[in-house]
Amino acid sequence: MAKIVNFTIDGKDCIAEEGLYLVQAAKNNGVYIPTLCNYEGIKPKGSCRICTVRINGRLMTSCTTPISDGMKIESNTEEINDLRKAIIELLFVEGNHFCPACEKSGNCELQALAYRFKIMVPRYPYTFPQRRVDASNPKIIKEQNRCIMCKRCIRAIKDEQGRSLFAYKKRGHKSEVVLDPVLGLQMSDELARKAMAVCPVGSILVREQGFIQPIGTRKFDKKPIGSEIEMSQPTK
Amino acid sequence: MSKPVIATTSLAGCFGCHMSILDIDEKILDLIELVEFNKSPIDDIKHFTKQCDIGLIEGGCCNSENIHVLREFREHCKILVSVGECAIMGGLPAFRNGIPVKECLREAYLLSPSVQANHEYIIPNDEDIPMILDKVYPCHEIVKIDYFLPGCPPRAELIWEALVALIKNRPMDLPYEVIKFD
Ligand code: SF4
Ligand code: FES
Repeated sequence: MAKIVNFTIDGKDCIAEEGLYLVQAAKNNGVYIPTLCNYEGIKPKGSCRICTVRINGRLMTSCTTPISDGMKIESNTEEINDLRKAIIELLFVEGNHFCPACEKSGNCELQALAYRFKIMVPRYPYTFPQRRVDASNPKIIKEQNRCIMCKRCIRAIKDEQGRSLFAYKKRGHKSEVVLDPVLGLQMSDELARKAMAVCPVGSILVREQGFIQPIGTRKFDKKPIGSEIEMSQPTK
Repeated sequence: MSKPVIATTSLAGCFGCHMSILDIDEKILDLIELVEFNKSPIDDIKHFTKQCDIGLIEGGCCNSENIHVLREFREHCKILVSVGECAIMGGLPAFRNGIPVKECLREAYLLSPSVQANHEYIIPNDEDIPMILDKVYPCHEIVKIDYFLPGCPPRAELIWEALVALIKNRPMDLPYEVIKFD
């Protein structure tokens, strides 16, 4: 059996199996650390930095850091929450996030984080970049205006031979996450639905599924993201 | 003590935010007790007749007239509030941002299938028509905005709570459900 270690998050005593990623270890102790590029069940990437915490004085991403004995973790502090908010605000201004017209609104994790942190307006100017919508695939639409390049789809959506259906294209600020036009044609309905669910925003949409859920019944209409973790009993 | 004075306007908006103000239902009677309205489509006062305490702005800036009205509001109101997604980030009108103005105008007045009677093939150019801007601007990129109430439209409870907090000079304690971007 793995060794059990002790650590604290914002002064709260916690225990976990050594080596668990901190996000998971915190969750098991009923503590929510906000995440965005992380997705349970796929390899962490550590690219969005929303899950940044201060461990023994150093800023680190908790989705990629294994827990070890005696760690002193600061997470829910004004300084760290402001860093998180800054990232969320940057993501909002750097894409075209028209929430009122988005199929994922109410179920979007980016929006839910903004709600949780009560972001009323981004501190940065909107850039309104020119992006395209790729509607060439018969099953899904790839909405580039909303992609935050978290790479969850690249990591999670694979065919039977383990090939990713989504991939990076171009470089630098022109980078895009695109659907492979050939592999995409063989995508099953199930995989298409999984892709839509894996995408934290409304960048992957299964056709004819938009706006089917009434307002008021969507995932984040009534409860903040992470509240289910905070309500849960620690699993020890 | 005289009542606080409120002014409201709809720039590049759809009047949905104003509808949401009316959506406070019978509390509108309380509101009338609490405040006096000046320039606003609600009472149809067309020009400022005095300095106001609170200005509520619906809609972003898509043309020169919007900018003119917004600046006028800034001059006449102590506190300016961006109400709704369009005021905050341009909203649906800002879908055109990134498309050259010329292309937008050609599509709207010349090429679109619904264009039927434009026999002279002109894009409206009368000098009395406000100039369309290169893109739709969020209000806070034109003048200083003091508060932001998101939503499309902002929930009536959000507008109400915010107004009462401003009028009574007390902190806003907003429940989770009322801050929404859609
Ligand atoms: S499409 Fe969605 S899941 Fe894929 S990188 Fe973009 S935001 Fe992430
Ligand atoms: S969730 Fe950890 S870096 Fe994105």
